[in-house]
Amino acid sequence: MLARTADNLFWLARSMERADFTARTIEATLRLEILPKSGPEDMAEWEGALSSVGALDAFHTSHETLDEPAAVEFLTFDRSNPSSICNCLENARATGRAVRTALTAETWTAINDAWLELKRFESRRRGAKDFDRESLARFLDYVKKASLDFDGACYRTMLRNDAYWFNRLGIFVERADNTARLLDVKYHLLLPSDEEVGGSLDYFQWVAILRAVSATTSYHWVYRDRVKPWLIADLLILKPAMPRSLISCYESIDRALDSLARDDGRSGASQRQARAMLSRLERATMSEIFQNGLHEFITVFLEDNAKLATTISEQYLFT
Amino acid sequence: MPAPLFFDEMGLEKKDVRPLYRHIEQWLEDTPADVLAARRAQAEYMFRRIGITFGVYGDKDAAERLIPFDIIPRLISRAEWTRLEAGLVQRVNALNLFLRDVYGPRAILKEGLIPPELILRNPYYRPEMIGRRAPHDIWVHIAGIDIVRVDGDAFYVLEDNARTPSGVSYMLENREVTMRLMPDLFAQHRVAPVEDYPDALLSCLRSVAPRAGYGEAVIVLLTPGPFNSAYYEHSFLADKLGVELVEGRDLFVAEEVVYMRTTRGPQRVDVIYRRVDDDFLDPLVFNPGSMLGVPGLMGAYLAGNVTIANAVGTGVADDKALYSYVPDIIRFYLGEDPLLQNVPTFRCREPAALSHVLDNLSNLVVKEVNGSGGYGMLVGPHASAAQREIFAAKLKADPANFIAQPTLALSTCPASFDSGVSPRHVDLRPFALSGTNGVKIVPGGLTRVALTEGSLVVNSSQGGGTKDTWIVDIDAGVGGSA
Repeated sequence: MLARTADNLFWLARSMERADFTARTIEATLRLEILPKSGPEDMAEWEGALSSVGALDAFHTSHETLDEPAAVEFLTFDRSNPSSICNCLENARATGRAVRTALTAETWTAINDAWLELKRFESRRRGAKDFDRESLARFLDYVKKASLDFDGACYRTMLRNDAYWFNRLGIFVERADNTARLLDVKYHLLLPSDEEVGGSLDYFQWVAILRAVSATTSYHWVYRDRVKPWLIADLLILKPAMPRSLISCYESIDRALDSLARDDGRSGASQRQARAMLSRLERATMSEIFQNGLHEFITVFLEDNAKLATTISEQYLFT
Repeated sequence: MPAPLFFDEMGLEKKDVRPLYRHIEQWLEDTPADVLAARRAQAEYMFRRIGITFGVYGDKDAAERLIPFDIIPRLISRAEWTRLEAGLVQRVNALNLFLRDVYGPRAILKEGLIPPELILRNPYYRPEMIGRRAPHDIWVHIAGIDIVRVDGDAFYVLEDNARTPSGVSYMLENREVTMRLMPDLFAQHRVAPVEDYPDALLSCLRSVAPRAGYGEAVIVLLTPGPFNSAYYEHSFLADKLGVELVEGRDLFVAEEVVYMRTTRGPQRVDVIYRRVDDDFLDPLVFNPGSMLGVPGLMGAYLAGNVTIANAVGTGVADDKALYSYVPDIIRFYLGEDPLLQNVPTFRCREPAALSHVLDNLSNLVVKEVNGSGGYGMLVGPHASAAQREIFAAKLKADPANFIAQPTLALSTCPASFDSGVSPRHVDLRPFALSGTNGVKIVPGGLTRVALTEGSLVVNSSQGGGTKDTWIVDIDAGVGGSA
């Protein structure tokens, strides 16, 4: 397969995954924000949301003050934010169009339909200053559905060849990054100093994390227990059954890279790095992670995950 | 009702429907207006959803537009097609021989049949190819020959497209859409299939590969990229052919061999079906400012290590000034009379013709010899006096750059609108494939239709649409025979 095609497939998948995660983050934040608060009104939730999608710095360079409408606009329709949902979907279509021959008709249709619907949302809200909550909810539902359609079309219709494996790599590298950021941000920012750990506000914040990765029900099935922060961390880091956990992402990354190596008849640095990260996750325990610091663990993970993406580029994409 | 001035291929307005169209007539009678409207909407929805769009140069807001599709198919009888096909094969064979000659012995110039400067000073004549032969002596692998009708008998060639003719994806997609939208109507006709076009193209490209005995030839389709107006077609064809769709930056040349950059390292390329013009193939030889090309590609081509289809330098054969000589070209190389007629053409380079053209501008269509896509032309009868004056000045300034033709009474076909069914002017572009096994033409082609009432310009960039074209086994004769 052309190196450029592989590169585009990888980034196409990342864009679709990122749009989905951003939509879920906005949803979870909206729910968190309408809770009654003990302290003064602040924008910690939106700061957390921006930071978990990696857009906080970009936001501050273009905005003086942070409030809900500004944050929502920045995350959804702001063209100046490279990771805004609309930019993700635009990028997905532009890269999809450039590699149409590597996509099945169903996959292309999923991408193109998502884009056509985006155009309809854009034209409908033209003139209106920002979203009311109802249309925002409709928009976020549409974004989540678009990525489900895309993912489903890939899964159900693509040949299991290099095109599919690069698609999977994009999805899981992005997803691992998202989950890790979410954990990191919540751990850092969302515990107000005057709230006791385990207090009622924490409870809703941890539930919001679960909601952001659509895991509230799964949590209860796995643990049959009330929501506890260390179990959430366990679920999102070490539970292979949880499709957004870091370990599950790395199982998929490892499988995709192995398949590429098998088809090519040769293995390289990407395979070695992915294997090392997977076995580190397999050996890890939560008590050890907490002992050494969750934040430190996540920081190292984020760096390694980014490093893997670079290695994949070097090995396959000639970049 | 006054008799229509134009030959309508269905005979609808004359109330004398050709037997060829009897099922269409019945279908139009039986189908309520709202159902036709629904079919039109469905067709548009299908095209938009599949993403069949074309870019319009210089129109930023409408970067992607649909080419309008008219749901009423255009019918051509098998007998008519057989005649047309023979004429097309003859013409394409002659063009291949002509190209071989003008880059080789130049016999036709020595005979004095064509003014040498028309060839040698032609901007599409490539000096790099002088003394060179295209692999297997095939130059025009893919030709799109534009055909028009003016009556029930003759087919006229309007234009030869011997560089990178486009539109074949619409021929194929239009068929898919009509089969899905009107399955019953389709079943009533025995329509010759077009779906084997990609297979025919692939065999054609394989047959001209430079290396023998190295296993299967590696073929790629070279596109200028997603911003090109025909990008949809490029990706569509690459997909149907099962070959990589490459841009210049995906290819490189090492020691006169072309490679593409793949995830498994460099892979050798044998045949390039290019959809970029000569100028953008190789910045070392042609346009040095081009980012689209592949440095060294011409070297690899001239060394015989890669086949480029169409060959480099074919533009000299589809020049509109040369067009008027094609009947002579056919007689010269094949010793046969042309089976298809040319539209009478005034070569403005000839002083007598020029003065005739200037005196009769309001009755003529004037075209730039190197123009395409309906740009740079004057349709005399529809132009304002001011437009004609501007064009007259251009003509006088550079007469050799223009030809003129009488405004043809292009045939019409019925088209479906909100306001009802009404005739519109059409042309036809069949696609001829030349490989080592001869010339093959998939029965059908792209029918382009001028959707604006009375308009004769069918180009998609100028508001034209398309129709599905059915070659059917029904007698085309006039009269009430079953």
